Amino acid sequence: MGLFAGLRKSISNLFSSGQQQQRIGIYGPPNAGKTTLANRIARDWTGDAVGPESHIPHETRRARRKEDIEIERNGKSVNIDIVDTPGVATKVDYEEFIEHDMEKDDAVRRSREATEGVAEAMHWLREDVDGVIYVLDSAEDPFTQVNTMLVGIIESQDLPVLIFANKIDLEDASIQRIKNAFPQHETVPLSALEGENMDEVYEKIAEYFG
Amino acid sequence: MSEADDSTGDADGSGVQLDMISGERMDQLASMEKIRLILDSVHDGNIVILEEGLDPEEESKLIEVTMTEISPDEFTGIEIETYPGSSKSSGGFFDRLMGRETETKLTVIGPANRLETLHKDETLISALVTRT
Ligand SMILES: Nc1nc2c(ncn2[C@@H]2O[C@H](COP(=O)(O)OP(=O)(O)O)[C@@H](O)[C@H]2O)c(=O)[nH]1
Ligand SMILES: [Mg+2]
Repeated sequence: MGLFAGLRKSISNLFSSGQQQQRIGIYGPPNAGKTTLANRIARDWTGDAVGPESHIPHETRRARRKEDIEIERNGKSVNIDIVDTPGVATKVDYEEFIEHDMEKDDAVRRSREATEGVAEAMHWLREDVDGVIYVLDSAEDPFTQVNTMLVGIIESQDLPVLIFANKIDLEDASIQRIKNAFPQHETVPLSALEGENMDEVYEKIAEYFG
Repeated sequence: MSEADDSTGDADGSGVQLDMISGERMDQLASMEKIRLILDSVHDGNIVILEEGLDPEEESKLIEVTMTEISPDEFTGIEIETYPGSSKSSGGFFDRLMGRETETKLTVIGPANRLETLHKDETLISALVTRT
């Protein structure tokens, strides 16, 4: 934890931690790295993980919450609950899972859980979150219908939002492409897998959601 | 446009039905009625074109209801595209703050197994419609 050496709880942090817990939803398309990010945040500040990460889409089929994560940066402290959500999609086809070597029964069950999870994630967004981290794979085209719709929905709820351009370790990554797609929001580049640029990630979280 | 006939669809498989719904007609409906109208038509295999689209809250409910209706081997969900696709040109955050609803966005919705987006950018949507 050398990264966080030198950080100390100041008196003002102690007082400000009495503030209301902010519930931050991690949203984005399937496979963007939402769970990897949620796990990294949870591990960095509490020591445990949130849930399994996988290259198979819709691994996360229930919104999972990790409570009481206290993040401190530059004398600002923010107390958050992280909600890792299933990736939002407008379609789910069980055959997609069969391509990942799953039996039909398993694939059908998984797709049913995935659809319930997406419905639940939409519900959380309308009712239960105070801020959103929108995670995108920087190596993919950000200009998709799901992304535009979701960001529009988040804006219409007047929720504070940060766009996370994840997977910057990949060769095809383009942060600029994401900035161009969502110029109205702050974009933070990172690699949740490799832990790149996490300092800025925590700074922005403290700044936006504190 | 003639009255949408959602009873027959293209039962003989000879074509693809397009339902083009005017903004005026949608304005008279409550949110859930709009969503029902769209999904009933899409379930019949039709492509729905909305002159004015849905507001964000309705889009969110459309996704939610679509998810609850997905069923293996029957319905895999929807493909949806709006034009203009980006909120940066008009009707952005400040317009919303000011309560200005400037966005009217042509929206195309179809069954995911029939409508496939081939290309999309700020100025062009190219989609492929198949019979099934
Ligand atoms: N190269 C790279 N891969 C990542 C990164 N973050 C996540 N992944 C991988 O992307 C896949 C999907 O990650 P996951 O966190 O399960 O995505 P989710 O569906 O958004 O929750 C997994 O194979 C991860 O190891 C990253 O920063 N760089
Ligand atoms: Mg996940």
